[in-house]
Amino acid sequence: MKTREPKMTRTRSLASVALLGLLLAVVPVRAQEVAPDQLVKTVTLEVIDLIAKDKEIQSGNRAKLIELIDAKVLPHFNFTAMTALALGQSWNKATPDQKKRLTEEFRTLLVRTYASALAAYSEQKFDFRPLRAKPDETDVTVQVRVLQSGAQPVPIDYSMEKTAAGWKVYDVMVAGVSLVANYRTEFNNVVRESGIEGLIKNLNAKNRVLVAPAAKK
Amino acid sequence: MKSRIVCAALAAALAGCASTGERDPRDPFEPLNRGIYSFNDKVDTVIAQPVARAYRAVVPGEIRDRVRNFFGNIGDFFIGVNNFLQGKFEDGVSDWARVAFNSTVGLFGIHDIATDMGYEKHNEDFGQTFGRWGAGPGPYLVLPIIGSSDVRDGIGTGIDLYVDPLGEVRPYHLQYALWALRFTQLRADLLDASRILEEAALDKYVFQRDAYLQRRRSLIYDGHPPREREPDEDKGAEDDKDKKPR
Repeated sequence: MKTREPKMTRTRSLASVALLGLLLAVVPVRAQEVAPDQLVKTVTLEVIDLIAKDKEIQSGNRAKLIELIDAKVLPHFNFTAMTALALGQSWNKATPDQKKRLTEEFRTLLVRTYASALAAYSEQKFDFRPLRAKPDETDVTVQVRVLQSGAQPVPIDYSMEKTAAGWKVYDVMVAGVSLVANYRTEFNNVVRESGIEGLIKNLNAKNRVLVAPAAKK
Repeated sequence: MKSRIVCAALAAALAGCASTGERDPRDPFEPLNRGIYSFNDKVDTVIAQPVARAYRAVVPGEIRDRVRNFFGNIGDFFIGVNNFLQGKFEDGVSDWARVAFNSTVGLFGIHDIATDMGYEKHNEDFGQTFGRWGAGPGPYLVLPIIGSSDVRDGIGTGIDLYVDPLGEVRPYHLQYALWALRFTQLRADLLDASRILEEAALDKYVFQRDAYLQRRRSLIYDGHPPREREPDEDKGAEDDKDKKPR
């Protein structure tokens, strides 16, 4: 095929490839324009593949698993939005410093939880549903389903928002249960009893307890 | 006379509620529920979990799939009935087709060939049917052994269990053995989920309750519940502003 191509065209196509390469290098925004459903699929499959290949993670090295999630998954989450949604009204009462610490603690807790879930379900089959949204929408739900023999598939819905830095997850619904909404009552109960500082302390204590058994393994 | 005692007891219970501050309006019986919850938790820790763990350690995954399929097939008949009751005829027919194929070609249900043929498994029960008909959940309840429920789903679960085909099995010792196997399988399937719950929750009781209520609402609308006005004790107005439009 190629040999029969006229010389002119080939040089021109080479030029356009070079131009495209230049464009990609200059405008990194390109990479962020990955469709949200594609992003979820790529990241999920990549992480599962990495887990499958990693003997240490498979034999229960939690620290390494969390490291992997930190690197591959976290950049696609908007933790500030998640924390704000989970706190609801109380978020507005927090100082900027408290907001920062809250987000940090909540993030740690969610990552731990996410790591456990991944470790437990990484061997299941996933069904990535195509996105049903108009191209100009900036807030979408990406649906994934975990298949299990003899049981109804478990739906996992990622609520994602388009930001300047690409699509970001701000809530995860597992089997119809919104993670963010599920923390709201808990968080507000603690805030009512012991204030924002109390909640930060509470989360911090929880995170520390979780480190202990992980270290043992 | 008797009613007066009941009144007094109720008043005492209500007073007990009031004294602990603001209570979740969805869970007026929280103190009682928490009591049953911690009882269930003990039974779970002492009996159900160890049995389920042993089961999972001893029985290979392949066999556990067969067991899950077998009980799933038994459940499909009434899942179909409930789909018909909710007016979802296509789903109901699909459920009964599942029973027909899986019970025969699938060897008494141990192979879920219907899923491969494109008949997806559904999740329905009488509680969901009542919900579909417009019944609200009523107060949240924790039932002994069964766990999270509410008034509507408690009645639903009663009917589910009453009509369950396993109840027809004779002799009785075989029936009891089958129930035991079914609950062991169920608990084994939930081992990971319950561990994750333990890690994720600040207060397991609250986390599980809220998850249950969200989950049931989602199931009633088959995964597409309409947007909810938060029945929030914090007068949800400002809360709503934070929520992303869907």
